[in-house]
Amino acid sequence: MADFFSWVDKPLDTHAVLNMIIGAVVILAFILGVVTYSIYFQRKLIGWMQWRIGPNRVGPLGLLQTIADVLKLLIKEDVVPEKADRNIFLIAPILAFFPSFMVLAVIPFSANHVFTAYSNVGVLYYIALSAMTIIGVVLGGWASNNKYSLIGGMRSAAQMISYEVPLAMSILGVVLMAGSMNLVNIVEAQISFPYVWYIVPQFLGFCVFIISATAELSRTPFDLPEAESELVSGYNTEYSGFRFAFFYLAEYVYLFAMSGLGATLYFGGWSGPFLPGWIWFGIKVTCFIFFFFWLQATMPRIRTDQLLTFAWKVLIPLSIVNLVLTAVLKYLLH
Amino acid sequence: MGEIRTEEMLMNIGPQHPSTHGVLRVVVKVDGEIIKEADPVVGYLHRGTEKLAEDLQYTQIIPYTDRMDYLSSMVNNHAIVNAVERAMDLEVPERAEYLRIIVVELNRVMSHLVFLGTYLLDLGAMTPFLYAFADREQVVDFFNRLCGARLTYNYMRVGGVKWDTPDGWLDDVKKFVPYMRSQMGMFHELVTGNEIFLERVKGIGKFDAETALNYAMSGINLRSTGFNWDLRKNKPYSIYDRFDFNVIVGENGDCFDRYMCHMNEIMESLKIVEQALEQIPEGPVMGKVPKILRVPAGEYYSAIEGTRGELGVYIVSEGKDKPYRLKFRRPSFINLQLLPQQLKGQSMANLIAILGAVDIVLGEVDA
Repeated sequence: MADFFSWVDKPLDTHAVLNMIIGAVVILAFILGVVTYSIYFQRKLIGWMQWRIGPNRVGPLGLLQTIADVLKLLIKEDVVPEKADRNIFLIAPILAFFPSFMVLAVIPFSANHVFTAYSNVGVLYYIALSAMTIIGVVLGGWASNNKYSLIGGMRSAAQMISYEVPLAMSILGVVLMAGSMNLVNIVEAQISFPYVWYIVPQFLGFCVFIISATAELSRTPFDLPEAESELVSGYNTEYSGFRFAFFYLAEYVYLFAMSGLGATLYFGGWSGPFLPGWIWFGIKVTCFIFFFFWLQATMPRIRTDQLLTFAWKVLIPLSIVNLVLTAVLKYLLH
Repeated sequence: MGEIRTEEMLMNIGPQHPSTHGVLRVVVKVDGEIIKEADPVVGYLHRGTEKLAEDLQYTQIIPYTDRMDYLSSMVNNHAIVNAVERAMDLEVPERAEYLRIIVVELNRVMSHLVFLGTYLLDLGAMTPFLYAFADREQVVDFFNRLCGARLTYNYMRVGGVKWDTPDGWLDDVKKFVPYMRSQMGMFHELVTGNEIFLERVKGIGKFDAETALNYAMSGINLRSTGFNWDLRKNKPYSIYDRFDFNVIVGENGDCFDRYMCHMNEIMESLKIVEQALEQIPEGPVMGKVPKILRVPAGEYYSAIEGTRGELGVYIVSEGKDKPYRLKFRRPSFINLQLLPQQLKGQSMANLIAILGAVDIVLGEVDA
């Protein structure tokens, strides 16, 4: 299969372009389904944790609730505040959404990675692209001409940039062990000798990863950018309709992408006995998503200054320690 | 390259903001996220209760007090009837006194549960809010069975209470007390030990007992500084001298102490409810009072320990059936006065933590 999708580093021809378009459309359709039902899953799950029922009106068991919500957002009037910086205001949600969708290109959903790229710089690609979302968020907050949005946007920028560092550093530990930045190779390294998922040798790295991932996703307890009780709704206060939907979509696509990345790096991606690879991948991703929702139902919110202190004084040193340990052990064992 | 130009930003927190618990407006000047100046603006919920009371007979004032601190209507009821009874020197039947104590202390539990829930909601945790409200709902149901209302009870009358308990009510309350105790253990596990929560509230919004006294603070805001002052103990009214309970005091006067005081006061209130349930006698619930209540000419002040502090009622009477002037000493309003000093130099996130811990009810602030 690898050669079938080797168009990534080849000059374009009709066949390759067609391939790309089909791949993109399929992934988009798939991811919309995943996002729809992870929102449903979130509402049901947190509902149960809080002695509530959750959505149960639209469709059987409320299964169509999210679809109805999205439909409502799509047919809403596209309001642009009078004092907003119009062009930037309009483009910001798209800027925030695009990279979230693009990172999915490198995540190996199964052993036969149809529709995803076999890229030798997969990890780097993910980190670089996901950093671009910040631009959309900051611009959205800035262009809204709203003080809450501005503070929300600034908080997001500070938070995401700070936590990108420990996130990348913790991933480096895995990269060192696998000897590759290709996500497919990383999975293959986990299913060949010594047959152990990287969660075991990289446990410290995993802890740093999951904390930074929560912060990168702006989920509780790191949901400062949209801290409702302080900033009303943060950077997307002024957004409504489908532009708001784009921000929302970006958030949940990242949730899926980050869970996929975590499953790939630390839990052997698609690998597992008996069941086909994509089911194993689905199970692992669901566990990650469940974990994030569980956190959301349990934790209060951390404060801005504590958030940054935590990143720079705790997580980054820890990830460096992890990196050095990995390097030394790897050198000694060879 | 010159210095970067910075600008102070003027922000309105409220009157429509999820964390001001109603319609409080705080005008803050922020430099980045640091508050330089804060100015609470009150009055959005002002209904002129005191002025209205001048045209009402004493019994007619009671439903108006329901709407002051709408989270503890029973306590407000108690304040006004207690004041009139003292002014007129009326006897209240034993059973009515016990019923009053039971509902007032249950109301205190209920109000503190709302504090617990909304405070955690302000700090970003949603689940404790729903758990607290689920437990509060039980107390609301008790009151509903007792007087047919869930929020504005209008239960007490000068000289007693309006209704005796329905069948099985006292037994159900008796079952509720141990249940609520065990729930408190759950809340402590869920919230009190949480590292993030502790980081958010410990050492935040500190003030000492002297400041609190200078600002005439009362209730938990005063006790959290370590100053032991509770009207139920210090100036016993009603039948509080018959019960064995502790006054909860804090140590440092920070938000964490205020939170802990709320939590522990729930336990103490449950203790009082339990004792009252054991001692409650049979008998009438309404004493002998004149058809038309006329407070003898003069000025009277009496206060009770409200949920949020000293809830005082000052009556100026000319001997008629309506007060010449009625003044409520509303603890929420007075406790709020320290806010500008407390907020100076804090961050936006701390604003929410500090304001939440003062535990105001806007109905009482604005009356």
